[in-house]
Amino acid sequence: MELKGKKVIALGERDGIQGDTIAKAAESAGAEVVLQVTHCFV
Amino acid sequence: MNHTRKVVISSAKNFLAHTPGLVRYGSKPIREIDNNPNTLQTIKEHSRGFTDAVSYPPNQVYIGGISVDNLAKTKQPWYSLKDNYSPKQPYGLIISEEEFITRMSMLDKFNLITLEKNFSNTVKDKLLKNGNFTESKVKNIDDGVSLEDINEELSKNIGSLPLNLENGSLIGYVKRAHDLDQSLTAEVMLENLACKVAAVSAVWDLLKDNEIDPHSIDYVINSGEEAVGDRYQRGGGNLAKAIAEDSDCINASGSDTKAFCCGPNHAIMMGSALISSGIYNKVLVVGGCSLTKLGMKYQGHVMKDMPILEDVLAGSAILLEPDNNESPIIRLDSIGKHSVKAGGSQAKILEELVSKPLKSLNLKFENIDKYATELHNPEVTEPSGSGNVPLLNYKLISALAVRKGEINKSEMEKFVEKHGMPGFSPTQGHIASAIPFMPHAIDGITNGKYDKVMFLAKGSLFLGRMTEMSDGLSFIIQSNT
Repeated sequence: MELKGKKVIALGERDGIQGDTIAKAAESAGAEVVLQVTHCFV
Repeated sequence: MNHTRKVVISSAKNFLAHTPGLVRYGSKPIREIDNNPNTLQTIKEHSRGFTDAVSYPPNQVYIGGISVDNLAKTKQPWYSLKDNYSPKQPYGLIISEEEFITRMSMLDKFNLITLEKNFSNTVKDKLLKNGNFTESKVKNIDDGVSLEDINEELSKNIGSLPLNLENGSLIGYVKRAHDLDQSLTAEVMLENLACKVAAVSAVWDLLKDNEIDPHSIDYVINSGEEAVGDRYQRGGGNLAKAIAEDSDCINASGSDTKAFCCGPNHAIMMGSALISSGIYNKVLVVGGCSLTKLGMKYQGHVMKDMPILEDVLAGSAILLEPDNNESPIIRLDSIGKHSVKAGGSQAKILEELVSKPLKSLNLKFENIDKYATELHNPEVTEPSGSGNVPLLNYKLISALAVRKGEINKSEMEKFVEKHGMPGFSPTQGHIASAIPFMPHAIDGITNGKYDKVMFLAKGSLFLGRMTEMSDGLSFIIQSNT
């Protein structure tokens, strides 16, 4: 998927991939991260 | 690091109270009942009885009636299995809702709980007959009022909450402790009192079964997530000292150590340091329940037409002492600490919590017989789409072992099977993080089944909106040879 120029909402999970990690990956691919959150599902 | 004394974990007990009637006061059910009052009926229709909660295999693993190895071999759905088990097992016990509410009244110093007279008389008789409580303790239970008086109190709409059993019968109410203070509402009082009682119940069981003099305890560290305090010091804390008082630990003081779900691991480290330094000899690390987490995933259970499995409140008590040449030793020279600079990625967290401690002791991943990590019961979390949390963590640990070149990728599944375990803990916050395995580990290490067990727990600090960080702490316990 081409992320360059796209707006991204990064929803992470504590026991999986955290929000800031997803955000960094998306930004490095040229996306604009408009929201990043990490959830804890337990 | 130069330690003056070695520290052992000499005993541990888990505690459960089956409280289907209190599920309505969990955070999620409260909000959904507010949105749609019919939700209360839905919750009642999906409640299960005490016998089913006792025979539920994950609950039996929690109290030591079933091993983790046997649970791993047991086919799901576990809730459909109705084998006959005792509510009292080597690692702990399960009590009924009637008894839990009675214990709350017994330990209620401010007349917050009022019981219905007939209920009160019946439970007092029962407790005196079974001989588990002295007459002086039973005397503390509220004498009770008539059903009419209870209904009158509830009709005033001044914040009192009805206490119902699973069958719907009204057996009392809990009232607010202040007319305006949002930190002392009936909901908060119920939550904090339940937390205290769950922790005290675990301590009672530990001291009694191990014939330990309560007066020999020097210090109690509470590791729960409750916020005890009034409007000027919400979360002011020291529930630990209240727990010590109610456990007859008259020579103990105490304090709370808070770190979300990894609070107990921090508390065990700090308690060990108190003993190692020679300040104290016997330190109890305790954790009470999270009443707000009752029914947290109930919607998934209702959707799948399952019983609501988050109907139990949990507690834990762990005793630390100087070396007794028998009990498992906690390796204070290899604490895994998630530092601020480590960052939030899972790889970094596990590097700090698993790789570094192992490296510091020249150990390989395979040298740890069992990793006790987030042990949430997957049968609770999967129906609501929250996944199998323990399995996810074990996969990450095995992936790290692959990255370190210690196992092959093809061996990951085998590694998870051998060094992991199925989740069996109720989703009770800090209680579910690693420590439910403590009694199993003490027994397993003492009897030669295991040599080393690592406890690693994570905390979601970001939920409090003060930082975006997570937290984590790990330690290894090993045989005393």
